[in-house]
Amino acid sequence: MPALGADMESGTLAEWLVKPGDRVKRGDVVAVVETQKGAIEVEIFEEGVISEFVPVGTEVPVGSVLAYVGGGAGPRAAAAPPIPKPPTIPPPKPSAPPLITAAPPSAAAPSAAVKITPVARRRAAELGIDATALKGTGVDGSVTLADVEAAAPAAPPAPAAPKPRAGFDPAEMRKAIAAAMVRAKREIPHYYLSHTIDLGAALAWLEHFNAAQAVPQRLLPAALLLKASALALREVPQLNGTCTDGVFRQGDGIHAGWAISLRGGGLVAPAIRDADQRPLADLMAAMRDLVQRARSGGLRASELSSPTVTVTSLGERGAESVTAIIYPPQVAIIGFGTILTRPWVVDGAVVARPVVTVSLAADHRVTDGHIGARLLSTIEHLLQEPATL
Amino acid sequence: MTETDSKILIFEILSDLAPEADPATLAGDADLREELDLDSMDFMNFVVALHERTGIDIPEADYGELRTRDGAVAYLARATQSAGERHG
Repeated sequence: MPALGADMESGTLAEWLVKPGDRVKRGDVVAVVETQKGAIEVEIFEEGVISEFVPVGTEVPVGSVLAYVGGGAGPRAAAAPPIPKPPTIPPPKPSAPPLITAAPPSAAAPSAAVKITPVARRRAAELGIDATALKGTGVDGSVTLADVEAAAPAAPPAPAAPKPRAGFDPAEMRKAIAAAMVRAKREIPHYYLSHTIDLGAALAWLEHFNAAQAVPQRLLPAALLLKASALALREVPQLNGTCTDGVFRQGDGIHAGWAISLRGGGLVAPAIRDADQRPLADLMAAMRDLVQRARSGGLRASELSSPTVTVTSLGERGAESVTAIIYPPQVAIIGFGTILTRPWVVDGAVVARPVVTVSLAADHRVTDGHIGARLLSTIEHLLQEPATL
Repeated sequence: MTETDSKILIFEILSDLAPEADPATLAGDADLREELDLDSMDFMNFVVALHERTGIDIPEADYGELRTRDGAVAYLARATQSAGERHG
């Protein structure tokens, strides 16, 4: 079970997308796991024949084994590397499957209410079934997707209808955000800087660029802001990486977590890998794809676990500036307010210009304000030459 | 494109973008982004969907006319009429 960020300790196996005995290769999506961030696709990073699956409905702690991959010779390898068990984990319950250790019960778990997994709840709603009336076969008697499907009235199989993976539980999402933000505020000594930038050149370039593009190929200003941030982090790599136990580790690339608000509440910040190396059109396509998948389900585990920095843009209906909280174990978050027309001094004269306020929250254990100011200054310079982005 | 066709099309696209909202209850002159909580990316997807479903090229300078349902209906009617005249 891959790590899905600082705020996630476990998930529930919702669906296997491969069968025991299938040959898998690096990058294949093999399973869907329900998490507090919704349904997440789990990729595999081994090659071989997959077997010994954890049953659907099992709650799987981060680091536990989901399946085994054998290469046909030599010892089998766990599909996900196990992590040492913390000493506080209680012994497995008698009904727990043999491959994993049951996760500690959630402090907020209701005791008397019928437990229904999120994907089961959604499927039951689609089928018009009262999931609370079903007998659950999952961990602790929870009603799983399989229980709901078993109770569904017989119907001919839908031809090519996508499987329902969409959605998320807003209450669980809120818990995940709370856990990460409390940890950030408790552990990370933040410092904050902000800087207002003239966007006149960038928006003029964008207007000219978009005029020559078909509707689907046009760019939003956010693509320029993200690219400028990623390029600036090349110049100031001290702000791109993670800090664990007080030790900074620079990212192996600039993998920008792009903060996406979800309809119904909550947000996720999946990674756009190597954002500094992508052309603007590619970056825009990646942003649109991530937003679509974040809101409909289908984000991948690797996208949630790999950001080396987070960038958030409040968009055209947002506030003037944002003072953000770092997503641990990252060491910085860059925030853009909404673009506003403001009086601005150009060549000694006050003129109306489109401006944006960019802010930085950074980890004072790793850098000081001087480094942070360099980042914001570099972003400003890059946005004055948009054709180079 | 008739007014009814345009309204149905707009309703369908908005229903996809904001599945938890009910675009049928929208006032014709209401700001779609405010009423349906659409962000910049959502609004871009609204314009892209209008383009893909009608074939109309919508210049960025015209986006302001699409901010209400009535505005979008009028825009589509005008754009399809002028496209028809060009082809006729």
